Amino acid sequence: MDLSAINPVLLIASLMVAATPLLLAAIGELVVEKAGVLNLGVEGMMIVGAISGFAIAVETGSPWLGFLAAAVGGAALSLLFVVLTQVALANQVASGLALTLFGLGLSSLMGQSYVGVKPPRMAELHIPGLSDMPVLGPILFSHDPVLYLGVAIIAAVWAVLKFTRVGLILRAVGENHDAAHALGYKVVRIRIAAIAFGGACAGLGGAYISLIRVPQWTEGMTAGVGWIALALVVFASWKPWRVLLGAYLFGGVTVVQLNLQAAGVAIPVEYLAMSPYLVTILVLVILSADKSSAPAALGRIFHASH
Amino acid sequence: MIRLEKRPQPSRGWSIATPLVAVLATMLFGGLLFGVLGTNPLQAIETIFWEPLFGEFAFYYRPQLLVKGAPLVLIAIGLSLGFRAGIWNIGAEGQYIIGALTGAAVGLAFYPLEAWYIFPLMVIAGALGGWLWAMIPAFLKVRFGTNEILVSLMLVYVAEQFLASMSLGLLKNPEGFGFPGSRNLQQYDSAHNADLIANTGMHWGVVAALIAVIFAYVLLNRHMLGFHIRLTGEAPRAARFAGVRPSRLILLCLGMSGALAGLAGMFEVSGPAGQVSIDFNVGYGFTAIIVAFLGRLHPVGILLAGGLMALTYIGGEIAQGQLGLPAAAIQVFQGMLLFFLLALDLLTNYRIALQKPEVA
Repeated sequence: MDLSAINPVLLIASLMVAATPLLLAAIGELVVEKAGVLNLGVEGMMIVGAISGFAIAVETGSPWLGFLAAAVGGAALSLLFVVLTQVALANQVASGLALTLFGLGLSSLMGQSYVGVKPPRMAELHIPGLSDMPVLGPILFSHDPVLYLGVAIIAAVWAVLKFTRVGLILRAVGENHDAAHALGYKVVRIRIAAIAFGGACAGLGGAYISLIRVPQWTEGMTAGVGWIALALVVFASWKPWRVLLGAYLFGGVTVVQLNLQAAGVAIPVEYLAMSPYLVTILVLVILSADKSSAPAALGRIFHASH
Repeated sequence: MIRLEKRPQPSRGWSIATPLVAVLATMLFGGLLFGVLGTNPLQAIETIFWEPLFGEFAFYYRPQLLVKGAPLVLIAIGLSLGFRAGIWNIGAEGQYIIGALTGAAVGLAFYPLEAWYIFPLMVIAGALGGWLWAMIPAFLKVRFGTNEILVSLMLVYVAEQFLASMSLGLLKNPEGFGFPGSRNLQQYDSAHNADLIANTGMHWGVVAALIAVIFAYVLLNRHMLGFHIRLTGEAPRAARFAGVRPSRLILLCLGMSGALAGLAGMFEVSGPAGQVSIDFNVGYGFTAIIVAFLGRLHPVGILLAGGLMALTYIGGEIAQGQLGLPAAAIQVFQGMLLFFLLALDLLTNYRIALQKPEVA
């Protein structure tokens, strides 16, 4: 065992990379849940985003087009959820599960010819001066642009929910859809927009795994990150900045256990690999006492009789 | 202008018809998908649904139907009890793995002793293992109000890692030349879940699945607990007034589904699979969710749905070999089925009314 091989600066830098897929998926799901919809299909949308992004990036040679395709792919899959829950008024839990099962199958079908292919690399940002600083440079200023985009999306969601009329309407729909409907807001349309946004974010998160974090395509490569993202929204008590905090916490657990694996700690690899999931359960237990901050209409079916 | 009117009561006719229509719609769109993938759609559908039952090699495939259908039915029956009451155990895959591990561990502990009581002990251990694994989300839900969906699912990943650790470590075959995986239980008579009648695929798991169907039917239709389960799902408030204790129901529903999933895993590992290996689980725990819904959460429906889903597994394998259809295409096909089912359920609960637009 050689713990001295673990470089704390690199550890924190890779923690931020590990946290970004979670962060993207979770902030999207937060908006969906704020609108009163529970979409359990995050894992499915992520993996479809991962392969759509990967395929387009490989075909065009442009990671940017890849990420765009991932967002479109995730949003497109979420529209299936829209059809089920907003048009056909189906149970949201079952529909979300359907989305995940379908997405996992669809992604491995789409990804058959991409196994073992190397994607084009996205260049890391280099800001002269800032990126060259010791310690802070590699931690804060030398990542790929999508990582910063993730943080920017969190800031934007926070600002929109807190300060704008759109945010207020979205929250109203999530708290009491009947009242929002009576006030003349288009409940279904607002929810569709929220679900599509959640799908796009999950797609971006998936592509971040396949294009930057790993980077290659393997079946089922999201390995439960979508589900952890769902737990993260509960952890964050539906507050955007806490999503960032939670994502870095989980990213930290992942990176530390990977580093311990590499350092050859006496704990078997399998038990280390369990740790992110066990931490998720632990955090859920600690935080489940407080449900007051959940949107009141979460998961309830809206059917306007008039 | 099309409007939806809520039916005062779900339509009985549609609730039976929707699964059938959903299967037809899946065949149609699945056929289109296979066409896009460059396979002849009609031939693909025929291979999947006809070949295993009536084709040239049906004598080989028909027993497979029981082998693949039994775990699906066993797990789906357990899940359906919880789903009816709004208790979502989606970690059956994990309970299946743990049941297989505990069942196999008991069998392997006795090796090479031959005795009649070994297999029954393995059955008990398998059920107990699955039950215990399901008790984790149940206990956390009852004690702390933790979301059982997320906890039961997280435990699937934990169980998978545990399985890897066991098949590389504690349960590894000491005479296996260092290869991962346990001793083959098929070669250990006292622990082997063999066909009861040779070459029919009729092993103890099939018997257990049939018993589970009857048990669930009686429970739901003739027993107070079954009434409480249905009441909680349909009218939670009324259930509370009727004195139903939600925590008791959570423990029972999750416990039963866990035990049944554990049994399914144990029967699989001691029979068709034969040994504990890193990837012996093939996702029955997740497919069983589709089976439960396709069977309308009704025991008899689940029995039929389990058979149909087993058919797509076997037909899918044949189509893979003969037509070069990718394995993932069948997974998509199964996912599609759940989509159509959920979407068409609209017709059960709502009436579609045509209406002239009116001025408000």
